[in-house]
This record gives sequence, C-alpha cells and structure tokens, in this order.
Amino acid sequence: MPPLHRETLAIVTEQDVVRTRHRVRQEAVRLGFKLVDQTKLVTAASELARNALVYGGGGTMTLETHADGGRTTLQLTFEDDGPGIADVEAALEDGYTTGAGLGLGLGGSRRLVSEFELVSHPGGGTRVRIARSV
Amino acid sequence: MSREINERIPVLKLGDILLVTIQVDMHDQLALTLQNELTEKIVETQAHGVVIDISGLEVVDSFIGRMLSNLASMARVLDAETVVCGMQPAVAITLVELGLSLPGIRTALNAEQGIALLQGHPAAPVEARGHAPAAP
Repeated sequence: MPPLHRETLAIVTEQDVVRTRHRVRQEAVRLGFKLVDQTKLVTAASELARNALVYGGGGTMTLETHADGGRTTLQLTFEDDGPGIADVEAALEDGYTTGAGLGLGLGGSRRLVSEFELVSHPGGGTRVRIARSV
Repeated sequence: MSREINERIPVLKLGDILLVTIQVDMHDQLALTLQNELTEKIVETQAHGVVIDISGLEVVDSFIGRMLSNLASMARVLDAETVVCGMQPAVAITLVELGLSLPGIRTALNAEQGIALLQGHPAAPVEARGHAPAAP
C-alpha cells in the first residue's frame, strides 16, 4: 500500500539534525502518539540523523505515514552513501563505536522503536529504517 | 525553526553557584560551546556549584547526555558540583531505554531544589513526588 504521506529531508549540517527532530516531533504529534512515544521516536531519529551526518558524511531522512488495518505507522528511513558498516552485529551492541561517540546510537535507537532494520555494506552506504505505530 | 542558530545559552551567577537554563533544542556545536563557556565561567567566578536546568529540553539524546556527563566531570575537576534538574519524565524514560544513566550526575526535580542541594540544605520533602506521571 502506498504511504499516506512521504517526504525526504536532507541531513547535511548539524542544523539539519535539529530540523529532523522537529519534523519528526511535529508528525508524531499530528498522528496522536503519546508524549513518551513521541520522545522515543524523536530521540531515535536524532541518533540516526547524527550517525548519517557524522559517519555517513551526510544523508537523508525519508518520513512516511502508513495506515494499515486501522493502525497508523510513522516510518523513518535514514540513508547515507558513507563507508558503510563492516560488522553490523557489533555495531548494534552497546558501547561499540568507531568514532568518538558512546556507541549507544544504533542499539539504543533500536530499543526505542518497534521496527528496526539496518542494511549496510562496506563501501556501499547505510540504510536504517525504523517505525512505530500509534 | 532555526532560531537557535548563533544563540548562546546564558550562564547566570547566583552567589557561588552558576545557573544554566537550557531552553533551546541545541545542535551539537552549541552544546560544545556551552561546555567551553561554562568551564571558563567556573574558573572565572570560582563557583562551587553548577545547576543545569533542562526542563525546557524535550529530547536528550546520547550526544546531549554525554555533554551533560562531561560537564559534570569537568566541573568536578574544577572543584564544582553539578546538579541537573527539571528533566521531563518522558525524557527520563527515553534516556534509560536508550542506555544512558548519566553516571556521576546528581539530579533534582527543579532548580530550587538543585540550588538547595548545592547549598548543603537537603531538599525538603517533595509533595509533588507522589503525583509524578507513571511510566506507560
């Protein structure tokens, strides 16, 4: 089924990370998510947007709203053309980082949403799709 | 949407305590700027305590969480104690699920209690504590 709504935001600067947070909050509020769930979605989006910027050298977030069987789902897909992740399993473990971060971004954001899918190949960029239903 | 560009976060001096109220959604550079300014201000004013009011923050992700932890560590090295106060319940729930427990940071429910804690007066019992929103 095609999404009810679909838009793509560029993540090129730190301001864009703030902008993705605001846009996700706005859409989560519009769809009627509870405050805690809004906060979880926005926080996960913030982690993944920063990853796309810092590790992927910039990328995009595609925001989609789906309605299936009376449930409304907010889906966010973060894509970058960066170096990719060599060891996806390790990258999902808390404390694993190849940069200066805490290593909580991927594993942590997985815990904040109900659907999480990560596709990455060394040299082939990274795509992370998260979703949560109202 | 981008009113926070070039904004600075004010640091107020109250006796020997510095009060920082974060009311904007900080981009990463602004968080780092705050870290630098606050540490300089601790030395300049010889403050013994720092109260960081985050009641205006709707999101604390791992970057901001780490910034708060680092600030507390830096302040401690400079002989100042840090209290983070006013965290929204939804932010607290999200932080813990994210995996951040803000080690080494003292917390208070609001700025008044944060200041009392630093002045050595144990915070008075909080009548509102029983009415805190429950986790879903």
